[in-house]
Amino acid sequence: MSVIEATRVQYDVGKIRNDFPILSRDVRGKRLVYLDNAATTQKPRQVIDRLVRYYTEENSNVHRGVHYLSELATMEYENARGVVQQFINAASVKEIVFTRGTTESINLVAQTWGRTHVGAGDEVLISAIEHHSNIVPWQMLAQEKGANVRVIPVNDEGELLIDEYERMLNPRVKIVAVGHASNALGTINPLRRIIEAAHANGSLVLVDGAQGAPHIGIDVQALGCDFYAFSGHKVYGPTGIGVLWGRESLLEAMPPWQGGGDMILSVSFEKTTYNALPYKFEAGTPNIEGVVGLAAALQYVSAIGLDAIAAYEHDLEQYATRRLREIEGLRFIGTAREKASVISFVLEGVHPHDIGTILDQEGIAIRTGHHCAQPLMMRFNVPATGRASFGLYNTREEADALVAGLHKVIEVFR
Amino acid sequence: MSDLRELYQQVILDHNKNPRNFHDMPDATNRVDGYNPLCGDHYTIFLKRAGDTIEEVSFTGSGCAISKASASVMSSTVKGKSKEEADRLFETFHALVTGDQSGLSAADLGRLAAFSGVSEFPARVKCATLAWHTLRSALEGKDEKVSTE
Repeated sequence: MSVIEATRVQYDVGKIRNDFPILSRDVRGKRLVYLDNAATTQKPRQVIDRLVRYYTEENSNVHRGVHYLSELATMEYENARGVVQQFINAASVKEIVFTRGTTESINLVAQTWGRTHVGAGDEVLISAIEHHSNIVPWQMLAQEKGANVRVIPVNDEGELLIDEYERMLNPRVKIVAVGHASNALGTINPLRRIIEAAHANGSLVLVDGAQGAPHIGIDVQALGCDFYAFSGHKVYGPTGIGVLWGRESLLEAMPPWQGGGDMILSVSFEKTTYNALPYKFEAGTPNIEGVVGLAAALQYVSAIGLDAIAAYEHDLEQYATRRLREIEGLRFIGTAREKASVISFVLEGVHPHDIGTILDQEGIAIRTGHHCAQPLMMRFNVPATGRASFGLYNTREEADALVAGLHKVIEVFR
Repeated sequence: MSDLRELYQQVILDHNKNPRNFHDMPDATNRVDGYNPLCGDHYTIFLKRAGDTIEEVSFTGSGCAISKASASVMSSTVKGKSKEEADRLFETFHALVTGDQSGLSAADLGRLAAFSGVSEFPARVKCATLAWHTLRSALEGKDEKVSTE
């Protein structure tokens, strides 16, 4: 038995599925087959219960009151920061800033670090497979500063052209902003090499980890990046909560972003002194239930183990890819060697939107469209794709259901 | 499959595969782009008008079966009609696809009746109406991009 097979046997997906109440519901009279995990993941009972417990027993504002509940909520909130620190192996809890999600994390960096360090004629490098959230904040910055956003090309498999990237590095490049894994294609970027080359050039690296966190164990110190952003809801936690990790020295030197309560030490009408890290970047009452829910989610996936999850999902992705190859007229978009469990495809003669509607009638949820990556769709010369993205609870039977559903699509359109 | 068969009626599948008036029109009097940013569907509608009459309609672009068939059926339906008649057809069509079918007769609908199944699929109403919104904009003499959002 191979290592992968052994992992598959040990991995008790049935037990995991039982943790996710929504997976046992029916959709349109069929058992739900949820294959839209790159958009958002379902939540385990442990996360749902945690949210209920917070509002049932702990709810209060943080960092403010001297009363019991406020102290309790503050403690839970700060403990959660410790959970995040461990999850990504950050050097300090001061480096963990809670945001609304990956998008807000990237905007925070673009508008604080970016506004301070990127000037006219400077360059920001992004890759051709970025999500809009790692394109638009840099374009906004570039427009404001007269800087340029340049795009690292990819090959037909959807892999970043690393030699091309290294040639693009020059003294004007202030920051390289790339995804850990592509939401639309699944490509996992060679971060180590990207980061080494950038640092040798004196450029910083921000990693959009929205699709990395759920599938790949993260160690920000080993990676060596400068900023790492991810969202709670893609890693089995609540929506509206995310994380920005940044090197302490960088965060320390960055100006605050939003002003308000919690981010200050003292305020007078003449002068305000800003709070220390990480509070400097957390203005206003934070998303407390989101934070404690996120911690519950990270503890949940850590208990299963990211390595086990990655191995299981890889095996499932390979199986689904094999099965999908049987379908005549199906073409994969994105066939990188290093891939997360995302399969993007087009079907000859059938628009992805129609595929999505027909699969939905079978209870199968996939994403169809441009996946918030329109430049990428243009690169591959398709208006849209169908995308099946697998999570830690998906099964081979569900991959089979997808294949059967696609045969129905072909039947309707024949 | 019954809802699906209702949605993907033979007329729709046929117009999707062999769209009518599917070409550009160099001597058009009006041309307007229509775009659905959520799914990426986009069409350009070309009109040739003589007085109040729509003499020719054609379209180019790409999108799902519903949007393409709708553009195709629309192009053959409004040909030879006045702006007022086209507006009325749009209202009829809109009522049909949004499920307000009470006041509609088969005579009003003609070929448009093939889209009756859309009302069971609220997410697809925008697909069915994209070309019509674009046509309306063209008839009003606007030369801008129409977006469903």
